[in-house]
Amino acid sequence: MAHQVESERLVSVFAYPMPYEWSIGLYGSKFFQEIKQNRRFVGIRCDGCGKVYVPPRRVCGPCFRELTELVTLSDTGIITAFSVVNYPFIDPNTGAQRPIPYTYGYIKLDGADNIFSHIINEMDLSKIKVGMKVRAIFKDTAEMQGNIQDIKYFDIVR
Amino acid sequence: MGRRVAIVGVGQTYHKSHRPDVNSREMIREAVTAALADAELTIRDIDAIVIGNMDHFESINYVDTYSVEGSGGVMKPIMKVSTGGTTGATVAIAAYYHVASGLFDRVLAIGFEKNSESDTTGAIITCSDAIWDRFSYSGAIPSLATEATAYMEKYGATQEDAAIIGERDRNNALNNPFAHLQRPLTVADIMASPMLAYPIKLGDICPRSDGACACVLAADGVAQKIARKPAWFKAAAVRHTYTWFGDSTDYNKGLVSMQRASKDAYQQAGITKPAEEIDVAELYLPYTWAGLKWIEDIGFCGPGEGVRFVRDGNTHMGGKIPVNPSGGVISTNCIGATALLRVAEAAIQVMGKGGKRQVPDVKNALATGFGGCFWSDVVILSTERP
Amino acid sequence: MDNAAIVGVAQTKYERRKKDQILADMVFDVTRAALDDAGLAIGDIDSVVTVSNDFFDGRTISGMAVGDAAGGEDKNISTVSGDGAFGAFYGLMRVLSGYKATIVVAHYKGSEGSVPITTNGMFDPVFHRHLGMDAISAAALQANTYMTRFGIREEDVAQVSVKNHGNAKNNPYAQLPMDITVADVMKSRKIAEPLKLLDCCPISDGAAAIIIANEETAARTRKKPVWVKGVAHCCEEYLLGDRRLADPVALKDAARRAYAMAGITDPMAEIDVAEVLEPFSYMEPLWLEGMGFCKPGEGASLIEKGITPMGGRLPVNPSGGALSANPILVAGLARLIEATLQVRGEAGARQVKNAETALAHGFNGPCGQSHCVWIVGGRK
Repeated sequence: MAHQVESERLVSVFAYPMPYEWSIGLYGSKFFQEIKQNRRFVGIRCDGCGKVYVPPRRVCGPCFRELTELVTLSDTGIITAFSVVNYPFIDPNTGAQRPIPYTYGYIKLDGADNIFSHIINEMDLSKIKVGMKVRAIFKDTAEMQGNIQDIKYFDIVR
Repeated sequence: MGRRVAIVGVGQTYHKSHRPDVNSREMIREAVTAALADAELTIRDIDAIVIGNMDHFESINYVDTYSVEGSGGVMKPIMKVSTGGTTGATVAIAAYYHVASGLFDRVLAIGFEKNSESDTTGAIITCSDAIWDRFSYSGAIPSLATEATAYMEKYGATQEDAAIIGERDRNNALNNPFAHLQRPLTVADIMASPMLAYPIKLGDICPRSDGACACVLAADGVAQKIARKPAWFKAAAVRHTYTWFGDSTDYNKGLVSMQRASKDAYQQAGITKPAEEIDVAELYLPYTWAGLKWIEDIGFCGPGEGVRFVRDGNTHMGGKIPVNPSGGVISTNCIGATALLRVAEAAIQVMGKGGKRQVPDVKNALATGFGGCFWSDVVILSTERP
Repeated sequence: MDNAAIVGVAQTKYERRKKDQILADMVFDVTRAALDDAGLAIGDIDSVVTVSNDFFDGRTISGMAVGDAAGGEDKNISTVSGDGAFGAFYGLMRVLSGYKATIVVAHYKGSEGSVPITTNGMFDPVFHRHLGMDAISAAALQANTYMTRFGIREEDVAQVSVKNHGNAKNNPYAQLPMDITVADVMKSRKIAEPLKLLDCCPISDGAAAIIIANEETAARTRKKPVWVKGVAHCCEEYLLGDRRLADPVALKDAARRAYAMAGITDPMAEIDVAEVLEPFSYMEPLWLEGMGFCKPGEGASLIEKGITPMGGRLPVNPSGGALSANPILVAGLARLIEATLQVRGEAGARQVKNAETALAHGFNGPCGQSHCVWIVGGRK
């Protein structure tokens, strides 16, 4: 397409942080409290379909039902899927590069019916397989901040 | 369901990795100008506009009001629909409802993205829930990778099987002057490309593109005066189910949103044997495994049959149901436009304007959108007025 | 236009900060409440439109957070990014296209992000972003243009704030019901000349939902259906310098078309109550002029003339308006909900007597670049 005007191709750079402070909500907060107090997970059961969700949330989407029955879980689960992330990228949470490689994992926590996402502490493809048992490794209680990083990662139980 | 609606004109930019010569609204204008020319209309003929993209790529809030000089929306009704990767399809579908409602006769649907202006990975990461998912999520690639590994586990599909999809789509792109990537890619090339997140290699995934697409939709009675062969909407279905990634990952069930959206769409269109009754499909396949797996979810073949169906040549040009004559997403991915390009390319096939990428004797064409939390959209266009 | 009616409405109480609730919590609350209001079940809804904005939520694909809570499971669901009045319009178009009932749900939490930064995002990245323009500074420019053009004093415009905060005392959902005087407004802290604190909307959290249904479905809902008589939207130029900020041409066009659809030729005579989106006090008179209720420049005298306060010929913002609660995006939908309550006769202490025809209004973009005007009424 012919342009009428010829000139340099300038760019305008805009790089400012956009801060947010998101509410975790009552259900999510319960999850982090349980980790801090008892170093284990808690889920919530839908009395319509019987599914146990982790993390706990207020609504079962498929049933459109409000959930109230908390279910204590342990700190273990099974790997249902994983991927070793090998490409560099800037983490929008920090503005810095996230260390790579790292293993992104989908874990079915024991007692839950949906999947929990987190990091698995194993990057060697020959040593990790779908179906392996994993255990959550938490921060020291004194260092916990009430967020997802209170779980440092999941270790494979060998 | 309301008035009958057809696509009567389509336009798109020549998609590139980088368009430093235009800003977003100028790029939009290129696509709009092309669409109006295709329909032999002027902007004065347009009654309303629907536009969409993914905000955090260009970091512009309210792109509908920002781009109004480029979209032709000055002193017109304009609305923004934004649903992640599915945006282009949901924009087309919103435009469809604008016309089907009886309130507007000629509506412009616009999708665009200047991916070069963004940190694509960073922006995609922010689609994940900030409290639960964002810490571990690193964009579409690893979550798609998990789907791929599950499929490989379950049915024994190999990386080479998936690579066939990439080879097919990149070959098809050679017939499409608008496609971003215009070099063929063989299975061997794909297998040799760098591993990004096992098993997804660089050759398995879509590029980042700058591009825009526009479609003109018109009402029954008006469409026939504009286009010789309007592309009639026979179906429009959207299923945007899940909220958290962990809820959408029971891989044993397959891509649930695609199953439901396609079922709804086939019902609307009166189609019972998709692989027989659909003549061409423009599928939103952001990576190669999707081309094996999602054709099962969409009902072209049964569960686990994807590899065989593809290897038998059914989805190649000249096959039973050619997929992505345009080169698909693996050849061009300007995200906000990408799903609209699927609809536009399906319309091009129905209208007989496909040139070198035209599939012969097209009556029914199917287009899909994909994005968000494993969400799906399905549109069926036809030469036959419903 | 086929007959379509608003059959269910719900709002949360608007507050500075809803710390306990996440977006999905608010959305679930109003979705259920709107269903109850209509006497419908989630299975009666066959289409869902959510309304959200990625910048405001701090999340690309912001609709992802609320699909479940809005009842989107296995339904045709989409997301409008813009004011709720536009979202409701999409919901209406779906019903007119054949759906039985659409629920439209909008949410916003001003407490979670930075309003100056996220509204700065509306401005041109090359020419205006670096100037630090945001919704307030842009509004200040418009106020300055408008008031200078017509010789309007700050005191005249302050009356809007007094009226609306006072009206809010009758609205259980409002965030800032207040008994204030013009002197209070004049004394309040200068934010951006000529806007003072009490000329500006608060930062709010909240959600709202509306159910629009076809005639057949409306017949079996609980409340008196409020029929959509006319609706239109229109957008003007983008750069502030390309616009005549004291002349709201897009609004004029939208209002004209909405009136034509509704068969209204004399708005002042035929409309009984108006809910307009006025996050800044000067916007109320400016928008009323644009909607043809009076001549340009005269909007600011409507309060003194006794026309727009409660009890007047055309009460404007009995709810207290956006000055009393402004969850962005939700606020336009709230105007439509308030208009609906008026026509139903359910507006309680803020009820305008014999409100048969009501106007509701929302806008997108800086200084009201794109407006959506609704006319609703009690008769088909």
